[in-house]
Amino acid sequence: MALFALRRFLLAIPLLIGITFVSFLVIHLAPGEPVEVQTGDLSVQSTAQARQALRELYGLDKPFHVQYWKWLTRVVQLDFGRSFQPDGRPVLTKIGERLPITLLLNAVEMLLIMAVAVPIGVLSATRQYSLFDKVTTIFVFVGFATPDFWLALLLMILFGVQLGWLPISGLRSLNSEYLAFWPQQWDFISHLILPVVVATFGGLAGFSRYMRQSMLEVVRQDYIQTARAKGLPEQIVIGKHALRNALLPVVTILGLSLPGLIGGSVIVESIFAIPGMGQLMVQAVFSRDYPLIMGNLVIVAGLTLVANLCADLAYGIVDPRIRMAARRRRR
Amino acid sequence: MPALRGRSEFRVFWRTFKRNRLAVCAGIVVGILVALAVLAPVLAPWDPNKPDTRRILAGPSASHWLGTDQLGRDVLARVLYGARISLAVGFISVGIAAVIGIILGSAAGYHGGLADAVIMRLVDLMLVFPRFFLLLAVLAFLQPSIWTIMAVIGVTGWMGVARLVRAEFLTLKEREFVIWSESVGASASRVIFRHILPNAMAPVLVAMTLGIPAAILTESGLSFLGLGVQPPYATWGNILNDGKDSIEIAWWMTVYPGLAILVTVLSYNLLGEGIRDALDPRLRQAVSRFARPQR
Repeated sequence: MALFALRRFLLAIPLLIGITFVSFLVIHLAPGEPVEVQTGDLSVQSTAQARQALRELYGLDKPFHVQYWKWLTRVVQLDFGRSFQPDGRPVLTKIGERLPITLLLNAVEMLLIMAVAVPIGVLSATRQYSLFDKVTTIFVFVGFATPDFWLALLLMILFGVQLGWLPISGLRSLNSEYLAFWPQQWDFISHLILPVVVATFGGLAGFSRYMRQSMLEVVRQDYIQTARAKGLPEQIVIGKHALRNALLPVVTILGLSLPGLIGGSVIVESIFAIPGMGQLMVQAVFSRDYPLIMGNLVIVAGLTLVANLCADLAYGIVDPRIRMAARRRRR
Repeated sequence: MPALRGRSEFRVFWRTFKRNRLAVCAGIVVGILVALAVLAPVLAPWDPNKPDTRRILAGPSASHWLGTDQLGRDVLARVLYGARISLAVGFISVGIAAVIGIILGSAAGYHGGLADAVIMRLVDLMLVFPRFFLLLAVLAFLQPSIWTIMAVIGVTGWMGVARLVRAEFLTLKEREFVIWSESVGASASRVIFRHILPNAMAPVLVAMTLGIPAAILTESGLSFLGLGVQPPYATWGNILNDGKDSIEIAWWMTVYPGLAILVTVLSYNLLGEGIRDALDPRLRQAVSRFARPQR
């Protein structure tokens, strides 16, 4: 296991370097002199001052490899420079303020998706072609096709505007400070309900589909026949023998779908005005806050890499075949 | 082989496809959508960009079926014109992604070794970036236009195709007809383009059909944020963006463009799955794993 973990870890290092390289390459993607392009319509402060700052920050007058190396040595120390905003605070501080809420949202979404998608997948696999299976299949297709921002707007119209049940923006009400402890907690949670529902909805469709597929493959296996043949009750055959094995590939898919979930927070946070990484990124793009954009990109990709690594390791722990295969390949 | 070579194979495909009524219906809907988009200038009852101060945020009526927006422009006309942009972005960006994916996937699959290792690590690397963050970062440095959007969506979306093509190459490379043509001295390019690629195209076509709705979703998401296709062009995403500000009074600006996206994406997905099942049921797993909409 230690060898397997080490191997995974070593494989992640080139990817990490690659992340910094691609992020750095992004500024050079712009046609011509990148600093000149920022006089776009969207630009809030495309002043000569900002250009000069950018030129100094990335050493854009030097050869490419020198620029990259200089930038890399600073990024390794997690120094992404200062924001171009008037407050001029360090990029890392800004990101640090925004990260917890995005992580919280994504963790809650992940748990919810698992909690709902696994039962749906198992039920529709064990009752393949039943009414339930057909209904969930329709749900999956509609779920795939529903734009999350549209769903968010519809839910805002319904629950926020028409019914007035839930708040539709921000994390806390204005009077939140004056509330007692429990009402204050509820105030916070009620602000998160719509965003979490929207973010979960899209992932749900895919996951219940994977779960169903994985379950369908497992129940065809011989050991399931054996379990049935020795007279075990169906609940145990499905709930224990089949489910455990069907969950294995889902662990990997969970890790692989993380970039999608995190990327989805761009839209959800923007719509519901949640001060997280996604909203920060959109604001940074609108104000052409280049250091913040680059810092955001590197941190988000780095976090995804770490999460993928964790998913890989988790897979290795739950499925001995994986780490055995890794050992065999090494010899 | 799951390739579309010769008439008989197409007939086999068509016979299987025809039986899937849902997919046939979806195909018809896709056809209607394309026709609506192409004929938008003829069909649109009003000029999509002509403001009318007397009819600001007017609800659906006999003259404006889907109401008007905050400048008094006809929403139906804007949704119709939006279809042109959405479909164009879908087709072209997927085309770009497919070309990149086929080139890199073939190189990796055919040559193996170092080329394969480098290209596949590049795929892994691109997949580590949450797509929306990468798109936004790139767009921040470019002038927003329809062409930029298409290019950027294409360049960040080729990884699935590359993996599929590589996987096909790895199996096809071992087949007798490929080994035979190599042994009689066919050049690498002839083997790739003449013998392997045509046989590897089936899953790519399916992935492309499923990639179009994903690209449409991405474009509308970007335009909704205000970072995609810029006004005065109407797209489904930026109509929704306009509608967001008057969501409490003008529900028609939110409901109809969203429905247009939903119907389009749904029918492309159903069509794509239908084609896949008809080409080769064994593809079922491989393609859906690679061609999921990525954010």
